[in-house]
Amino acid sequence: MPHLSEDNLERARALVALYPEKRSALIPALHLLQEQDGYVSPEGIEDVAELLGLTPAEVRGTASFYDMFHLEPVGKYVVAVCTNIACMLAGAYELLHHIEESLGTHPGGTTEDGMFTLEDAECLALCGNAPCVTVNWRYFGDMTPERWEALAEDLRAGRLDAEVPPHGTLCRVRRSVGLLAGGAAGGATGPMPAVDVTTSRTTPAMASTVLPAPAGDGAGGAASRSPGTGAQAGRQAGEGS
Amino acid sequence: MPETPERGAAVNITLDGRPVVARAGEMLIAAAERAGTYIPRFCYHPRMKPVGMCRMCLVELKGPRGFSLQPACYVPVAEGMEAVTESPAVKKAQDGVLEFLLINHPLDCPVCDKGGECPLQDQTLAYGPGETRFVEEKRHWDKPVPVSSLVLIDRERCIQCARCTRFAEEVAGEPGIDLAGRSDATEVANYPGQPYDSNFSGNVVQICPVGALLAKPYRFRARPWDLQQVETTCTMCALGCRVAAQSSADEVVRFLGVDSDPVNWGWLCDKGRFLFEALNSPRRLSYPLARRAEPVGNGSSGARAPLAEVSWSDALSEVVTHLAEARGDRIGVIGGARLPNEDAYVWSKLARSVLATDNVDAQLGDGLPADLVAGLPRATIDEACSAPLVLLVAPDIKEELPVLYLRLRHAAREGGTKLLEVSPAATGLTGLCAASLRYRPGELAAVARALSGREKVTADVAGVPAAEVEAARALVASTPGLVVVLGRPSLSESASGAAQAGLALAELPGVSFLPALRRANVHGAIDFGLAPGLLPGRVGLAEGSEWFEHHWGPVPAQPGLSTLGMLDRAAAGRMDVLVLLGADPVSDCPDRALAKQALEKARFVVAVDAFENASTAYADVVLPAAIYTERRGSFTNIEGRVSWLGQKVTAPGTARPDWMIAAEIATRLGRDIGASSLDSVWAEIRRVSPLHASVEPDLLMSYRGRDGVVVGTDGTGAVPAEVSPLDPMAAHGISSAELHPAPPGELRSQLHRALGAGPVLTEGTPVPPPPRRIGLGDLEAAGTSGLPAPAHRAGASASPGGVPALRLVARRPMWDGGTLVQESPSVRELHPPFTVALHPDDLARLGAAGGAALRLVSRRGSLVAPVVGDKSVSPGTALVPFNVPGAAVAELVDAASDWTEVTVERLEAGS
Repeated sequence: MPHLSEDNLERARALVALYPEKRSALIPALHLLQEQDGYVSPEGIEDVAELLGLTPAEVRGTASFYDMFHLEPVGKYVVAVCTNIACMLAGAYELLHHIEESLGTHPGGTTEDGMFTLEDAECLALCGNAPCVTVNWRYFGDMTPERWEALAEDLRAGRLDAEVPPHGTLCRVRRSVGLLAGGAAGGATGPMPAVDVTTSRTTPAMASTVLPAPAGDGAGGAASRSPGTGAQAGRQAGEGS
Repeated sequence: MPETPERGAAVNITLDGRPVVARAGEMLIAAAERAGTYIPRFCYHPRMKPVGMCRMCLVELKGPRGFSLQPACYVPVAEGMEAVTESPAVKKAQDGVLEFLLINHPLDCPVCDKGGECPLQDQTLAYGPGETRFVEEKRHWDKPVPVSSLVLIDRERCIQCARCTRFAEEVAGEPGIDLAGRSDATEVANYPGQPYDSNFSGNVVQICPVGALLAKPYRFRARPWDLQQVETTCTMCALGCRVAAQSSADEVVRFLGVDSDPVNWGWLCDKGRFLFEALNSPRRLSYPLARRAEPVGNGSSGARAPLAEVSWSDALSEVVTHLAEARGDRIGVIGGARLPNEDAYVWSKLARSVLATDNVDAQLGDGLPADLVAGLPRATIDEACSAPLVLLVAPDIKEELPVLYLRLRHAAREGGTKLLEVSPAATGLTGLCAASLRYRPGELAAVARALSGREKVTADVAGVPAAEVEAARALVASTPGLVVVLGRPSLSESASGAAQAGLALAELPGVSFLPALRRANVHGAIDFGLAPGLLPGRVGLAEGSEWFEHHWGPVPAQPGLSTLGMLDRAAAGRMDVLVLLGADPVSDCPDRALAKQALEKARFVVAVDAFENASTAYADVVLPAAIYTERRGSFTNIEGRVSWLGQKVTAPGTARPDWMIAAEIATRLGRDIGASSLDSVWAEIRRVSPLHASVEPDLLMSYRGRDGVVVGTDGTGAVPAEVSPLDPMAAHGISSAELHPAPPGELRSQLHRALGAGPVLTEGTPVPPPPRRIGLGDLEAAGTSGLPAPAHRAGASASPGGVPALRLVARRPMWDGGTLVQESPSVRELHPPFTVALHPDDLARLGAAGGAALRLVSRRGSLVAPVVGDKSVSPGTALVPFNVPGAAVAELVDAASDWTEVTVERLEAGS
């Protein structure tokens, strides 16, 4: 009995068919698995191995190389706090310590309610809004302890469900690596849709979650904000302050 | 002319300012090594593809913008290439690489198995900085942790060269370990809960350039500088891999694979590597055993006295008394595959010229007719692995001749060799085969006839669809230079199928054969006459009797019986003496009921063996034999390659070589068979056996002759012009110990001359007979030549409940219930469980689920086994492992039938 769902098996088979070598589909297949289980589960690894003609040891070997694949169960939200130099100078360690205390866990740990997994990260490429965190790889810049509390509250209450889907959910990845090819879920058939690299890099899902600077500050982030989602983000910021 | 030079063509390069001729296609590191410049390395291994991971082999190469550092293992040589291997820049790079490698290396060398033979140690001494700037904490891991039942890993010592993971994937095709994690958390790991179980796992320990991978049987057993070593040949199967046997305090503690280019390329299977444990077993026989009748009746009248230690003198007297009383044709000698060539020769001579019997057979009814094996045109392993097409009519090579599997796998993946398989069940090579024909067990000959025919195949053959047979036939017909690997695809089919198949395929033009007989020196035994109707040198009894009578005195006129024939006759009470030469027919003969009955009914049974086993239980006298590493001798492998067996330790107690036992028996019977030393035996062999006239034992013992010489082909006795030296970083355990301690060659040569070695042809002596040849036309003559005719067919029957009877497929797994496996503590438990595998459809028809107990009933006996569903098993067949502990499939097999049919029934719970 396969562990992957029928839909995901279908998608995985479609992925395999895209490449001359089966094993080329490994990374996208692991993304599918992580979407289904929230992490790269052992049962799923065995499925992926069988589909791709690899051993579980090889699949685990590759999955374990990448930080964005989690081999242990994680919370609904994976919170990464950047501690690289720009964020560090802007108070990243103070922020990290606050979040540790607030969540009652340390980097690498998961809260007891299974809501948050905390990680410390190297540069997340949002230096203009330092210090920054990501939640399930969605940016939240200009972070302060107070705004973290508000963000956490919103996440717990489900107010950000639309912007921040549970860990593992594929949005951009699904588009850019052609996971629509299988068509089992979305109904799309035929050839893989063309991907516009420039637009896929600034999808609404990504940009909407960049918090603007507090009113009056005026610094940073403007270029990365898209006008259509700024109001929403601003509302969140306003509630937090 | 192609634009790129042909592989191997001369390429001129400049190495450190001097001109060097390299071979096109080789990497700079290899070219430099042949030219005498050793470039340090960790990840590079000459038998694997380069990866350029460790950066230890950085050298300066000249390019359009001057010299730059590049890894010598990853740069193929090119015309005009200029390389500098020693310069300040290279030195700095080597310093840097070693300093980095040592950052996290624990430097626990005093307690490390590799300490003293470690490439990291040696290269740090030779090329390293000697001091470190690293003062921080090293990384820590739990250590050591098992990656399999035989291999442990100490991840702190690992330098991430990926030799082990590359071996697992690239060479063995079993990537059960892989690099996991990243950066300083990189580890070699198996998948949790799935041990790295492979027939070849020991190789990763041997090629690990640090002490990260450790073999359970060797761990903490010795220090490398205490080891003594001799080069020898592995006798765990018939392939003849070269090994270094290493001992400490007169006990063998390790086997390492030696790189023999024509045979094993440095690899060993785990059976060959780890079965040395049996040598040191406390159950080794050290003294002769005999049954002494109890002088006082204690109520157990009729029961046989137990075996008890006696002196050699008493034991031999008893043996000789019975031999002297018996008529020649009522004496049988069973076995001999354990014996080195010389011992096989002496026993062969004893049987023919002293005991007056031709009832000698080294095979136990589980092989092929010896005259067929001797007579078919032989291919070498190299020829098979460079042939355009190899036809496998054989057991599972991965289990029975494991390193041949590695060679064939390499040929199929890297060379241009196509594999074609004819097998009743999937094998380890099936995945690499262009096609695998699944015939109905018992009907192999029909498939072979179809394949070798000129007629288009239009109807199904033996259950194989016509289209598949025709495609294979067309491939065979259109590919000249076919090599057939010929053996018994299943032990529950009689030998006649495979023999008929061999004869049919011999009709193909240009075909040659690599026999897939498995048991140790079985080919040496055949070549030296331990086979009915066959005298030493693959000479038929009829053709050779005049020549051998001239040398030996009278030999039997009529061909004797095979093992099955002897057992049949013994079971009928018509055998006086059965000699078991390292043979355990009760465990190894496919027909166990017959073997048991024969040993019970024989009047006197003498066993020459290293252990008590299921058959010695029936013996009246048991004589202890010295076995491999305990005595010198020579070995003949499947291709007819004669190579040297070295001695490193002393035999336990009073155990002695088999040839001495034969010579002693002859002496006590009042005959001198001229065997006073191994040298004298070889001198006689070279005089008497035309096949071996050019084989010089001196050469076999020398460095140049380490690969041995092949007999029986056009190049009989040819010695390689060049023997590559061992790479100290690929064969570190070997090159650090004493190598090849050959006796002074000069002295021995004189001895040989004095003993009159070489064929002596003077007036009046007969002409030496030619070896047996089988070729075109022999199929027609087979009916009269003593080759087995088709045996009677088993009648079809049905199981209760309308399930038709299934045909049995029985094959040996590498780990089984064999004595040496069971006497080796580290591997004793590694055999597969006893299960019967059925196709899921057959399982459904039985209404049974996987795991349910089934009773298998044949005309011979019955067995109970849990069932598993397996899609790779053909419908209508039942696949079982032969001879795993706790279940003797031989109980079911009727050796006289072409196939064995079993009815299956479900056992209700509790019954």
